[in-house]
Amino acid sequence: MLILTCPCCGVTGEETEFHAGGEAHLKRHGPGSTEDQFEEYLFMRENPKGVHFERWRHVYGCGKWFHAARSTTTLEVYGTYAAQTHEPPKDLRDTISKKVPGWTWREFQ
Amino acid sequence: MSTRLATGGRLLNKSRAVSFTFNGQHMTGYEGDTLASALLANDQMLVGRSFKYHRPRGIVASGAEEPNGLVNLGQGGRFEPNQRVTTTELFDGLTAKSQNHWPSLEFDVGAINAQMSRFMPAGFYYKTFMYPRPLWKHVYEPFIRKAAGLGAAPKERDDDTYEHFYAFCDVLVIGGGVAGLQAAKAAADTGARVMLIEQTAHWGGRAPVDGGEIAGKPVDNYVDETVAALEAMDNVTLRRRMMGAGVYDHGYVLSYERLTDHAPEMDGPRHRLWRIRAGHIVTATGAIERPLSFAGNDIPGVMLASAVRDYVTNFGVSPGDRTVVVTNNDNAYLTAIALKHAGLDVPAILDARVLPTDSALMAQAKALGIRVLMGHGVSTVMGGKRVTGVAVCSQAGEGSILETIPCDVVAMSGGWSPVVHLWSHCGGKLTWDTAQAAFKPDVDKAPTGADGKAFVTAAGSASGALLLADVLSDADAAGQAAATATGHKTGRNASAAPEASHTPEAPMAPVWLMPHGAGIKLRSKAWLDYQNDVKVSDVQLAAQEGFHSVEHAKRYTTLGMATDQGKLSNINGLAILSDSLNQPIPQTGTTTFRPPYTPISMGAIGGEARGDVFQPIRRTPMHDWHDENGAEWEPVGHWRRPYAYVRSGESTHDAVMRETKNTRDNLGLLDASTLGKIIVRGPDAGKFLDMMYTNMMSTLKPGKCRYGLMCDENGFLIDDGVVARIDEQTWLCHTTTGGAERIHAHMEEWLQTEWWTWQVYVANVTEQYAQIAVVGPKAREALEHLGGMDVSAETLGFMDWADGTLGGFDVRVYRISFSGELSYEIAVPASQGQALWDTLMAVGAGLGVMPYGTECLHILRAEKGFIMIGDETDGTVIPQDLGLHWAISKKKDDFIGKRGQERSHMVDPTRWQLVGLETVDGSTLPDGAYASAEGTNANGQRETQGRVTSTYHSPNLDRGIAMGLVLNGPDRMGEVLTFPGTDGKEYKAKIVSPVFYDPEGEKPNV
Repeated sequence: MLILTCPCCGVTGEETEFHAGGEAHLKRHGPGSTEDQFEEYLFMRENPKGVHFERWRHVYGCGKWFHAARSTTTLEVYGTYAAQTHEPPKDLRDTISKKVPGWTWREFQ
Repeated sequence: MSTRLATGGRLLNKSRAVSFTFNGQHMTGYEGDTLASALLANDQMLVGRSFKYHRPRGIVASGAEEPNGLVNLGQGGRFEPNQRVTTTELFDGLTAKSQNHWPSLEFDVGAINAQMSRFMPAGFYYKTFMYPRPLWKHVYEPFIRKAAGLGAAPKERDDDTYEHFYAFCDVLVIGGGVAGLQAAKAAADTGARVMLIEQTAHWGGRAPVDGGEIAGKPVDNYVDETVAALEAMDNVTLRRRMMGAGVYDHGYVLSYERLTDHAPEMDGPRHRLWRIRAGHIVTATGAIERPLSFAGNDIPGVMLASAVRDYVTNFGVSPGDRTVVVTNNDNAYLTAIALKHAGLDVPAILDARVLPTDSALMAQAKALGIRVLMGHGVSTVMGGKRVTGVAVCSQAGEGSILETIPCDVVAMSGGWSPVVHLWSHCGGKLTWDTAQAAFKPDVDKAPTGADGKAFVTAAGSASGALLLADVLSDADAAGQAAATATGHKTGRNASAAPEASHTPEAPMAPVWLMPHGAGIKLRSKAWLDYQNDVKVSDVQLAAQEGFHSVEHAKRYTTLGMATDQGKLSNINGLAILSDSLNQPIPQTGTTTFRPPYTPISMGAIGGEARGDVFQPIRRTPMHDWHDENGAEWEPVGHWRRPYAYVRSGESTHDAVMRETKNTRDNLGLLDASTLGKIIVRGPDAGKFLDMMYTNMMSTLKPGKCRYGLMCDENGFLIDDGVVARIDEQTWLCHTTTGGAERIHAHMEEWLQTEWWTWQVYVANVTEQYAQIAVVGPKAREALEHLGGMDVSAETLGFMDWADGTLGGFDVRVYRISFSGELSYEIAVPASQGQALWDTLMAVGAGLGVMPYGTECLHILRAEKGFIMIGDETDGTVIPQDLGLHWAISKKKDDFIGKRGQERSHMVDPTRWQLVGLETVDGSTLPDGAYASAEGTNANGQRETQGRVTSTYHSPNLDRGIAMGLVLNGPDRMGEVLTFPGTDGKEYKAKIVSPVFYDPEGEKPNV
């Protein structure tokens, strides 16, 4: 059972206090988008072995959504950050690079 | 004969005798006995029958690893099967029954299986019961079910109580042997918060039995002193009878405390499940001795060498007068020496090794007059329900009998395996220790936590340090490392491991089969897994048949799949498999270690969550009134809603029919408090709701209501409800009863993660209001009797709402209808709900008022063709399927689900669509029935062309009415479809409009 720190209220809590919300940084494609774009948005996911960015909600706490960078193999949590962003913060990406040189995830590295 | 010795028994209180029964026979033991030691003291070596062949089985071990000694314990509400006799502490009045035999333990009909064993090899069931297929259901399955399982299932409700505890610590030390004690001391001396848990009732583990000295004194002294020192420290918590069950991600540990198993008369919960979050975990879980694989190694009287000396030393019990020790290591010599000191006979030690010179222990044994045969082993054990002797052979040969030695106990030792379970649960890797021929924790590949660093350290023999001095120094280092890992400093006051001394031991030599060249006859009597009856020959057969992966071989043979999870059999089985595959053991690897370490009770898992507190129930302010007035309850989410109010002499169906007719004819009251109420407010609230709903909400005028649909991004309908605009920046959205929390979360998710710059605030106020629907032709009259605000058609039209007072209550009245009747939904603060309900019942008395439940609500809405989320929708239905095009805005560029609904499959004209269904004979269609079509599909099943989504008997129309989704339904009015029922009948129904009652909508429009 994971331990996560909510970047909104600062509480470090047990996994049962949170709720996982799938992959982070999806780009919404609405009316006017192509079939491929819509498929990408709705169904295509990274499923990486290693560094992953995902959404969590502090559902039994402050109720806020946030993002977490985590290893899917070792379960190491590299960091959590606010949900109101389109990409992982630079300092977090640097932290990950120190631990996992050469990592990539979608367009990020 | 096994019996109680005149002297010895370090764990016993011989001044207090304890009586118990085994298979109805009265026996006595002493306080401090385990059930196993007490049974042995009463000469009850035979304790059960094996699972597959029903072979007689005796006690093998003295601890948690025991595979054979499983009993049905207790009676009535305290009955529990599969309790290990070795871990059951004796108490007065204990009742135990042996398992897996019929009619009796001594004479068992199922033992015929043993005679058939050559016809029942590994995979017997898979191979035999495949064909012919029709025999499976009525012949094979009942037979296998009867044969399957150990023990009996409890029949009564559990009399005991259980609870969960939560705990946090810096360092959790699992295992209270000398390693655990020293690790805990080392960690605690740094100031770290330490928790030390031990699965048995005693501190010190097996070191006091095995001898040696710590700081120049007997081990018992060290144990007493260290426990006293730890107890005196404020930062240390000590718990006995508490097993570390599982290690999970990021330092989470489940532990299982047995509080009253040893003393059932005590108050309080029986078991406690601890959920512990530890900064660092030290696994000081010890090691388990391995059996040797020789023919007849399962005959009662063949025991682990360490268990034999445990029974002699700890419990003053002699397992038998004459014990032959068979070993591949020096450690088992301790058993021979202990037996001799107890005055018992050891005719021989059969040592499979050939050593150049006598080791110290060997010299001691010889000095006691024990005959030691080097390079020898057991060809076969003689005896049936009890050992009568051993046939001796050369270990190097094929088993030719050199001599036979009469004896009643065989004490075997195949070396020691560190208990690596807890290390492995969360990803800790193992390494093969060639010298000990065992897997031990690979310190470079420990389980890692949230910070990427190791969070488990193994200590003492669990880490592979088997001798006393090594155990103590290893454990001390582990304790310090654990404290350091949690940010504590080992300063000048740091403890050092005390000096320890023990008799040195010569190296062991791996022996996986005895004798080395044993033929098939011996191999098919050499057991690996006692509980599941897996023999050396079975594993070899599995390898031969291609089950090369250890995980496959395990499942094919069931090796290690019993309740003991292969604690004795695992390594021996791996070795046989490796040998069969001509590969080294590390290449074969181990099966996965999974929690719990030993079985834990279902009661402990449930904890307090049973009976009334199993699940919290949500109650409306009028819940008690409903309960007192005949409500039959229907669960809706966590709410309970009245299904119908049944009067005396009435059936539930009668009540529903009465309520439905009365609401159409007179006046009905519905407790609608459970409907979700979400306030959406802010400068961008209108824009936001236009995205949430398929229709336009931003154009709604204050004072007005509008019915809205919500979809997900796939376009599927997820919720519906009436939205009221309160003021310029505020809307109140009603959701379905089950949907309030989900829709609130859905709104929050979009606001926080997609449109976070929009200024909108949402609040779920469902429980702040009580809401009562006043429904029926006399609804307005009832409200007028209350007095207060104007509720006339002119002032408060259909789909209007207004704030005001009624009968002195501050109310908000919505003129909306889910019944097709004149209807007002009245909201008041929750605290006023019951008072308003009482007032409405009083003023309605002269108007024929009756409360109505959810089934009446359903019939009323179905008569009007109104859809219900969860009936007409199932997560694959879009609003267009339900003829709700009118509620989907064409003006909006975007809303959630719009793009999804544009996909080719969503605009396919062959999607099934909503229609009404009217049975030809007036009967009621079965719920969920499918309409059959011509032809069959690829699986030979009849093609279908529609299905029933809602079906009721309508008392107002006095016939069955239904709604369903039908292929091209709206274009096929009048056509008759056939619905085969599961009752064998075929139902004929005509396709009609879904609006059965008052199609012009005149009734509410007054």
